[in-house]
Amino acid sequence: MSILRSLTLLLIALVSVLSLPASAQEDDPGKALLNNLAEAPASRVEDAINAIVSSGDERARGWLEAYGNNRLSRIEDTGQVVIVLNNRGRDWEIANPLTGENMGEMSRRELDRIAINNRIRGQLEGILAMLDLNAADPDVREASAQDMMGKVDASLVEPLEAQLELEENASVRHRIEEALAIYRVGEGNLDAVDVLAGSLHPRARAALNEAVRSDNPVLADEAEQALSTIEQKLKLNRAAETLYFGLSLGSVLVLAAIGLAITFGVMGVINMAHGELIMLGAYTTWGMQQLLPGQPGLALILSIPAGFLVAATAGIIIERSVIQFLKGRPLETLLATFGISLILQQLVRTVISPQNRTVVTPDWMSGSLVINDALSLTLNRLYVLAFALIVFAALMMIMRKTRLGLEVRAVTQNRAMARSMGIKATRVDIMTFALGSGVAGLAGVALSQITNVGPNLGQNYIIDSFMVVVFGGVGNLWGTLVAGLTLGTINQILEPWAGAVLAKIMVLVLIILFIQKRPRGLFPQKGRAAEG
Amino acid sequence: MTIRKHVKLGLSALALSMSLNAMAAEDPIKVGILHSLSGTMAISETVLKDTVEMLIAKQNAEGGVLGRELEAVVVDPASNWPLFAEKARELLAQEKVDVIFGNWTSVSRKSVLPVVEELNGLLFYPVQYEGEESSENVFYTGAAPNQQAIPAVDYLMNNIGVERWVLAGTDYVYPRTTNKILETYLMDQGVAKADIMINYTPFGHSDWQNIVSDIKRFGSAGKKTAVVSTINGDANVPFYRELGNQGISASDIPVVAFSVGEQELSGIDTGPLVGHLAAWNYFMSADSDANYDFIDQWIEHTGNEEAVTNDPMEAHYIGFNMYIEAVKKAGTTDVDAVKDAIIGVSVPNLTGGYATMMPNHHITKPVLIGEIQDNGQFSVVWETPSTVAGDAWSDFLPGSRDLIADWRKPMFCGSFNTATGKCGASAGEMAAEEAE
Repeated sequence: MSILRSLTLLLIALVSVLSLPASAQEDDPGKALLNNLAEAPASRVEDAINAIVSSGDERARGWLEAYGNNRLSRIEDTGQVVIVLNNRGRDWEIANPLTGENMGEMSRRELDRIAINNRIRGQLEGILAMLDLNAADPDVREASAQDMMGKVDASLVEPLEAQLELEENASVRHRIEEALAIYRVGEGNLDAVDVLAGSLHPRARAALNEAVRSDNPVLADEAEQALSTIEQKLKLNRAAETLYFGLSLGSVLVLAAIGLAITFGVMGVINMAHGELIMLGAYTTWGMQQLLPGQPGLALILSIPAGFLVAATAGIIIERSVIQFLKGRPLETLLATFGISLILQQLVRTVISPQNRTVVTPDWMSGSLVINDALSLTLNRLYVLAFALIVFAALMMIMRKTRLGLEVRAVTQNRAMARSMGIKATRVDIMTFALGSGVAGLAGVALSQITNVGPNLGQNYIIDSFMVVVFGGVGNLWGTLVAGLTLGTINQILEPWAGAVLAKIMVLVLIILFIQKRPRGLFPQKGRAAEG
Repeated sequence: MTIRKHVKLGLSALALSMSLNAMAAEDPIKVGILHSLSGTMAISETVLKDTVEMLIAKQNAEGGVLGRELEAVVVDPASNWPLFAEKARELLAQEKVDVIFGNWTSVSRKSVLPVVEELNGLLFYPVQYEGEESSENVFYTGAAPNQQAIPAVDYLMNNIGVERWVLAGTDYVYPRTTNKILETYLMDQGVAKADIMINYTPFGHSDWQNIVSDIKRFGSAGKKTAVVSTINGDANVPFYRELGNQGISASDIPVVAFSVGEQELSGIDTGPLVGHLAAWNYFMSADSDANYDFIDQWIEHTGNEEAVTNDPMEAHYIGFNMYIEAVKKAGTTDVDAVKDAIIGVSVPNLTGGYATMMPNHHITKPVLIGEIQDNGQFSVVWETPSTVAGDAWSDFLPGSRDLIADWRKPMFCGSFNTATGKCGASAGEMAAEEAE
């Protein structure tokens, strides 16, 4: 250890000696600026940052960004300020902030982080946003102007006004005006209230709310009026938001339940291990991402067929080894598959880990689609919603238009008759169960983007899945779709005023009452199939 | 490097063979480990089992204690609360263990409590909990509410200027009690009832859209808002993910969590969480040599370069060392002697200070506030100037305001009522009354 340490020290010394004549680092003003920041007590940090900003050094942005990300450290022995490139594990990769050259790895024992707290980080974001206002790309300028909202202080007003003069893009101008207005409302400016009157941005509302409480009665009155117009607009947005939340929760329920709608609904097998098949799909996604490091998006797309195959294979094994011997004995099937579900969970715990696994969300799936300041749709859930609909459509196609679908329907309606017509019922059983299990695997791939990938993943969804299938009407895929989306929406409408726990209970009670009235669910099977 | 390792190995082998002779004379000291290795809680508890095993191996390499070797007796209560009581009975009655390290959830501790009291065992409990308990046979090495929740709220109020509060928790005893304490505390500090929003969600809750959007709305009232989260376990991952997706950054509405540690963060992409807070008594990033040594040992023990340490692991480290010290001081592993000897024992903690066992069976701890970084670690932004002693009975709950615990003679009571001057009902009964 000590040899290694002295070696790195030597290396660092060597590097600094070598680069000294080239860039004359001793005279570099950046060095003094950074040391000043590193040594500043908490009360002087702002001055140190301002000194860096006002130096006009073109490296300043990189330094401040590193500082904001906790990446600025000092070497304990030499006091040199460095940027940490990779801070995972015990040895960290560092670089020289002045020249940008890589200095190799260093034990984290040797490095002292230059401390930053939330207050300073907030100011830093404002400063960085200010620097970005000069960017060539109008989208970057708009984003940074939006970041400025609520972060403007007296020192930023003048440069912002100057920026407003120069700015030509209308939406960027609008943002800058709003940002300035938020500051001015705080100062008691009445005109600024008018600027904010139409804004749906939460920070604008925050500023107006504060103004309502101010001592100036005219200002308070104006602000109150502005707020009430905003509230009107918000109502519609909130309704749209709740609907989206409902559909998105519903789509998750549909995805989790649709595989069960096939195995339980169509085949009549009570498969308690359905949740674990979902889990297998999620773990496949994780495995794919491990195989393709650095390409989470590609891995996710490849996981769709892979997750299907893994879960379908597991389904075939379960069907062949257990379920086929328990045909027509639902209670035994229930108990046996429950056992399988416990075995699968513990298998994952023992073989992989009891800890949750990190599944990375690809960039194109994180963040949200901004409709306006008050309404934005989270992208990962939007994708899941679309995926659920595609899976549903594909399943409908298979059941309606393919030979397999025809045979499945024939076997479920009248097994003996179907067999006498030459359909291999056993083969159809295997294929149906594999299809249902594979779809559960697909659900797992989608859920890995929304919830935890861990051994308990399946347990959280099994009850909900049965609920959706029973509510929708056993044996009817349309029923599952409608039931899932309905339950999701009801849940999200109830949640804000009943709380998450009570909302769940109320939904359950509603279903029980509904089943009393209509024991066969929303869309009961009709005709000969109903007797089957 | 390698030469050193060889010498080290040789030395420890030598020490081992020498101590073996002495040890052979006496039976080993049996250390029971009562942590779930399967079921829901395995995610958190497995590492604690490994921690105790590592500490035992290290102590044995140093020659055991009192010339006796230590032996781990591991049982698996499988995240099943009644099974905890059965396994505790098995450890004490059949295996005749000298001490138990175990439990995570409060409900499992409550289930074990009557067993250890009946069979006069010793239990070291390493997790932050809701307080309102002090048993003769249990040593609470995790934080009581005054060692975690209250300092964290103070920090938000005084250093960040928070005026509006969201208390979000999982629906069970720890968050409910903690939030009750915090609500009283905040109202004592002059926060209006309208500025406090309380929200409970079931275990493993995964659909946070509505709640996060509620929080966003609550936060746009013009006052600085913060979320105090007692959300437990896995539910945190989708919660933080939703926060990130809905664009709530730490500089808008900071979230301070009491149940999110390095372990939980290792299951998520921490990019959007940078700057959110957690309050603990230990962080893996603590800059002390004891901590770096502990991490090196842990990585060596698990064989995983990425292995992380967390607060309950430190609690076991402290508890284990306190037990060893107490046994040395008492000169025996006899339960009553150890119980007497351990009060006042001080051992180093991993953050560069000392932990002392107080007469109420709680320990002194520093309180640290850390910010989440992009590498899944916390950087400490604030800490209490000195260590804080754990308070078994909160001063902010009506039923427990007058109660104190002191397990020294002559008081020797877990719930002494200073108002009536009488030793109250047993801890279990008190809790039952509280619930009614």
